[in-house]
Amino acid sequence: MQADPGYCLLVPTTEVLIRARNLTKRFGEFTAVDGIGFELHRGEAFGFLGPNGAGKSSTMRMIGCVSPPTSGELSILGMDSVAQGQAIRARLGVVPQEDTLDVELTVRENLLIYGRYFGLPRDLIAERTARLLDFVQLADRAGDQVEPLSGGMKRRLTIARSLINEPEVLLLDEPTTGLDPQARHVVWDRLFRLKQQGVTLVLTTHYMDEAEQLCDRLVVMDAGKIAAAGSPRELIERYSTPEVLELRFHPADHDQAAEKLTSMLATTGLTTTGPADRTEILADRVLLYVPDGDAALAAVRACGVDPLTSLVRRSSLEDVFLRLTGRRLED
Amino acid sequence: MGPPAESSAAPGPRFLTQWFLTQWFLTQWSLAVRAFRFWLTNYGRTWRGSIYSSVASPVLYLGAMGLGLGTLVDQHGTARLGGVSYLAFLAPGLLAATAMQTAMGEATYPVLASVKWLKTYQAAVATPLRPADLLRGHLLFTAMRLLMNCAIFLVVMTAFGAARSLWLLATIPVCLLTGLAFAAPIEAFAITRQKDSSFAMLYRFFLIPLFLFSGTFFPVSQLPGWIRPAAYATPLWHGVELCRSLSLGTPDPGGALVHVTYLAALALAGLLIGQRSYRRRLYV
Repeated sequence: MQADPGYCLLVPTTEVLIRARNLTKRFGEFTAVDGIGFELHRGEAFGFLGPNGAGKSSTMRMIGCVSPPTSGELSILGMDSVAQGQAIRARLGVVPQEDTLDVELTVRENLLIYGRYFGLPRDLIAERTARLLDFVQLADRAGDQVEPLSGGMKRRLTIARSLINEPEVLLLDEPTTGLDPQARHVVWDRLFRLKQQGVTLVLTTHYMDEAEQLCDRLVVMDAGKIAAAGSPRELIERYSTPEVLELRFHPADHDQAAEKLTSMLATTGLTTTGPADRTEILADRVLLYVPDGDAALAAVRACGVDPLTSLVRRSSLEDVFLRLTGRRLED
Repeated sequence: MGPPAESSAAPGPRFLTQWFLTQWFLTQWSLAVRAFRFWLTNYGRTWRGSIYSSVASPVLYLGAMGLGLGTLVDQHGTARLGGVSYLAFLAPGLLAATAMQTAMGEATYPVLASVKWLKTYQAAVATPLRPADLLRGHLLFTAMRLLMNCAIFLVVMTAFGAARSLWLLATIPVCLLTGLAFAAPIEAFAITRQKDSSFAMLYRFFLIPLFLFSGTFFPVSQLPGWIRPAAYATPLWHGVELCRSLSLGTPDPGGALVHVTYLAALALAGLLIGQRSYRRRLYV
């Protein structure tokens, strides 16, 4: 199911659920999270986008109240994350990066155990289990052991488990990492429905399509810091051009062509289309950030540079990230 | 406030304090009970097999050593055993050792599995449960396993005709205490591990020497004088002494007080250190 982009703007309110100020996490000499600040509103889907090691998971663990901040302030649902961690956790749902299901127990038993951790009575757990397994399309596997389930099924079960206490905020750390495309879409669809039901989603991801699909607002993290914040559309408008021209050359010609393009841009500035915003030279292709891709391609050809393939596309969060950090997201 | 008001108000605060303390205690341990019930559900899959081995182990040991070896020992006089048959001497020693082994079994691999291999501990601390609740819950489960295994041992022991006194029933709480004196400190250690190789060392250089030299199979007085203090320092020796004196119907209140204090101190220290090491491992 594709996300309906107009819908995202309807739900969020201005009630602040999570507020971080100067939040820092150090492990010995290493600073994983370096003085970040953000505000998260009820009903929105908020994302932390960044490469591995950017500090996303450390931030999530602090929000989940299982990792005391080294310094800074973190309040969640109006409570202090350290002093009132237990009360906060009672109202959170957590989908960790690695599945932490008890694979030796059955699907239903996993929910039973988790419901008990929250102190829920058995009847209520049974009722919610039936509803949640329906929701994640695992009702027919309720009595099966978890071990042989597929990766996508385990992920959905983890999501069902995280909902057993009907949380106000759902934390998802890389919810679709390691899943095949079809399983990812099923997870996205379920998360979208949750958002529709008013659950606040907080997720980390290093997939820009995931961030674009799910997040109303996001922060781009790099090396423990927030590099930029805004809605996907705002970020793209602020940090990229409307269009991107991707050029691929024969590997033997790549360096030469890239050099030629760069000098050409520097001297002539692609005058027929107005100056290109900038170029990015990647290992396998050259990206030209321009207002009009087709016009730029014509100008490139006119200058005698002949790419093997060319692609004109709209800017994405990947381009935002590249602009902000000089690196690609999934490297 | 004047004196009359004070006298009438006096029971109030005390009652309130008591009430709050009770509530506090119940709240603290009610969370541990939630963790305990996880282990119970988990045990639901494997309890049959575990009962078989709980029965087989004392049958094999009491049969081979108590009856087999015991016949030889008894022919050479039992004065140094306190004038009782080798079987009667050995059985309470093995009983205490069973408590130790049960505790070691629970406090090592299952703990590392929960934090490292299955990560069920990480799942649990994302809920209102705290690391300390997980430790306490697992110790509650260990206590249950100790009671089960010791009860089974007593039944087997009785079937072998090695039960001599009603005092034997008092060994049940003693085994519980002995087991917890091992379980709590070892859990505190196990939760800090990244690999299970240290458990093999623990078994090889701790459990087996204790099993052999803490008075289980022969009186510690048979050891060379210079090594005896080491035997007296082991928690198993205290457990064995307690079990043996009760089993033979010759309890010694003074000695028992020392043994119980020693074992209780170990269990409590293990609990306190364990709560700390659980927190350090799970709240990173």
